[in-house]
Amino acid sequence: MNTTIKNTLTMEDISIEFPGVKALNQVSFSLESSTIHALIGANGAGKSTLMKILAGAYNHYTGHIRINGREVVIKTPKEANRLGIHIVYQEVDMALIPNLTVGENIMLDKLVNNMDGQHFINWQTIHKEAQAILSRLHININTKKLISELSLAQKQMVLITRSLSNQCRFLILDEPTAPLSHHETKELFRVIGELKKNDVGIIFISHRLPEVFAVCEDVTILRDGEIAAKDKLVNFTQNQLVEKMLGRTLVENFSKPPVIIGDTVLEAVDLCTADKLHNINFTVHSGEIVGIAGLVGAGKTELCKALFGAESLTAGKRLLYKQPLNFSSPHDAVTAGFALVPEERRKEGLFVEESIATNLTIANLTACCSYKHFISPKAESQVAKRMIERLDIKTPSQQHPAKNLSGGNQQKIGIAKWLLQDANIYILDEPTKGVDVGAKKDIFDLIGKLVATGKSILYASCEINELLKITDRLYVMYDGTIVKELKTNGTNEEEILFYATGGL
Amino acid sequence: MSHDVSIKAKSTSHKHIIFEILYKYGTIITIVLLTFIFALAANNFLQGDNILNILRSISIVTIIATGITLSLTVGGFDLSVGSVASVSDALALSAFVWYSQDTLVGILAALAAAGVCGIINGFLIVKVKIPDMLATLATMFILQGLALSYARGATISQNMVMPNGNFAMGTIPSFFINLGQTPWIIVIMLCVTLAVHIFLTYTKHGRYMYMIGGNLEAARLSGIPVNRYRILAYFLAAILAGIGGIVLAARIQTTEINAGAPYLMDAVAAAYIGFSVGGAGKPNAFGTFIGGILIGILQNGLIILSVPYYAMDIVKGLVLAFALTVTYYKKKF
Repeated sequence: MNTTIKNTLTMEDISIEFPGVKALNQVSFSLESSTIHALIGANGAGKSTLMKILAGAYNHYTGHIRINGREVVIKTPKEANRLGIHIVYQEVDMALIPNLTVGENIMLDKLVNNMDGQHFINWQTIHKEAQAILSRLHININTKKLISELSLAQKQMVLITRSLSNQCRFLILDEPTAPLSHHETKELFRVIGELKKNDVGIIFISHRLPEVFAVCEDVTILRDGEIAAKDKLVNFTQNQLVEKMLGRTLVENFSKPPVIIGDTVLEAVDLCTADKLHNINFTVHSGEIVGIAGLVGAGKTELCKALFGAESLTAGKRLLYKQPLNFSSPHDAVTAGFALVPEERRKEGLFVEESIATNLTIANLTACCSYKHFISPKAESQVAKRMIERLDIKTPSQQHPAKNLSGGNQQKIGIAKWLLQDANIYILDEPTKGVDVGAKKDIFDLIGKLVATGKSILYASCEINELLKITDRLYVMYDGTIVKELKTNGTNEEEILFYATGGL
Repeated sequence: MSHDVSIKAKSTSHKHIIFEILYKYGTIITIVLLTFIFALAANNFLQGDNILNILRSISIVTIIATGITLSLTVGGFDLSVGSVASVSDALALSAFVWYSQDTLVGILAALAAAGVCGIINGFLIVKVKIPDMLATLATMFILQGLALSYARGATISQNMVMPNGNFAMGTIPSFFINLGQTPWIIVIMLCVTLAVHIFLTYTKHGRYMYMIGGNLEAARLSGIPVNRYRILAYFLAAILAGIGGIVLAARIQTTEINAGAPYLMDAVAAAYIGFSVGGAGKPNAFGTFIGGILIGILQNGLIILSVPYYAMDIVKGLVLAFALTVTYYKKKF
């Protein structure tokens, strides 16, 4: 290596507040070129916030950022780019223009900002320069291809290449491996290695600890907006990292009513989908709350949707009361007694512009109809009133649009609409995401009541402490498959996180 | 809704309230204003005959526009309605003139053809996944050509000369012709509007369609068979366009070349103007009817005022722009 000066980046005493939350408190962080630095922490620890500050996404932080000892101010993404700091977010599609070629996307910054009064584009040069950067990283993608033709992994490569077109000194990769397959991950690591040879300092955010050990040298662990530890990675074992990531565990009181767990209701045998899931096996009994634990990107949402018929299976079967289910649409799933409360509440669960009453009755409108087809406003309003009271939904009126409610109350609607349908199997995907403590308790209580009447609950979440509180049994997912089945009574957060991060 | 408005009213200025009112009642206010202006300018404008005249003139546009409204409820769009009307127009008349069939057969043949067109549209959009505008643009051309080819590029009318040199023997039943006269043509329009209004507002099927248009994914995950309802929407849109074509056939008793096509743009305008009527904020049958009235009054008034036909589109476009301004300008707030 023939580097003369090593670039250093330091962040000191960084704090940032959002309305009501102190997201980061006096956090310090440092990075050198030609190193790969892991940034890890549980959900909500502040990893993404810290990196967004560095990338110029926020302008109201306090503290100092220095590059090579000189203080710099980063308030906009453009300033960050000018200093050679680039970030590749998880949502790669947001940053790329799908109907332009790879070459144009790589050279986008030059095309937009550095044309220096030129009005004609020399396509040959654009593609040649793009190709040059790609070959520097030994990436084999044709620069004339359209972005829309690429796989997700290739899009990531294009983004990484683009940052390099722009004198990249520091590159932030925010959970880059979450959507990648094993093979694609290996390719990404090879490219990261090439970047390292090109004197780039890399911040690698990941939930997958084996990967962290595979590529990183240093590690910084965040917990609840503060630094929990930072050191050379060789000084830690995977278990020690997990311990550092976990803070105090919130003990909230939830007591599941005594329920006799009955017969097998739902059974999955070797479920596979085209892109994510493989060989999923599990069983759910009546009156049982079964947890699906796993980190972001482990495949929980895909599993929930596959069970509900919203994603098609390539292999395997679902058995309901030992009878095979051959449906391929949510409509059939609902008829069979399934209910899904999706993770993306506002996008997939609610009709935000519509009234609360409309939202509450949509899954079983027939119950509010006279002559089977004609909606009876009176019946609809009575049903809505009953649900609002039963779940204690806080709203001025049932004609209020759903968008005006708080996250917790919206989630209650998302669950309540299935109560009318009298579903037997409730699939809840991250039901407490963005829900305040009070509403969370209401939701837990409701789940308790449901299982008391013999319903089955599948509870998918990355909030491990919640899973420990509420489930009877749980399955841990990692990389699209179930890696471990655990009795909730005999396990703890460390063990679950160990399996969820790929420990074997 | 009223709760919502009162909160906003407290916090913002009077200007806001004015826009609220304009948004909800802008179309109706425009209609009242136009009526007032035309009544002042021409004293025969408000006479009973002329009012029936206006209603008669908008009936075909309104029926076809109601079809477009149905496709809009599921978040789609149907450009082919004009051509579907041409097809059923040609089929109905040919059944009478060429094949000497009675009224019922003619109407059923026309409706069946329209239904098939709708299912093809639905299939292309829902199963083949072609964007709605493009799929129906394609079928618009195809059907336009089919209607023309079926009529062998000529007009179908009583006593027309057939290819073998004879005169066509069939006659158009007088009962059928009546359908195109006042008051039946107006009654048909009112019945269609009422039926679609009831369907959309008071049945669960209408509710499902609105939900699909509002949030397709949420509708799917709520267990609504979204594909079935989307196809149904295009099917019903085509059936209504077919009814429009039948009424058109009864009205003019010949198939002019692309007889249905000119109704497309007026129908689109009526359906979009209808969005805001009464503050509905979404496609609805009653609003579409009001939109049709606005267009009808304008056309009629301009003719009475002897505005030259070549300048009429200017005024029509301006009023349309005004009606849409009061509908959409509000969205800034």
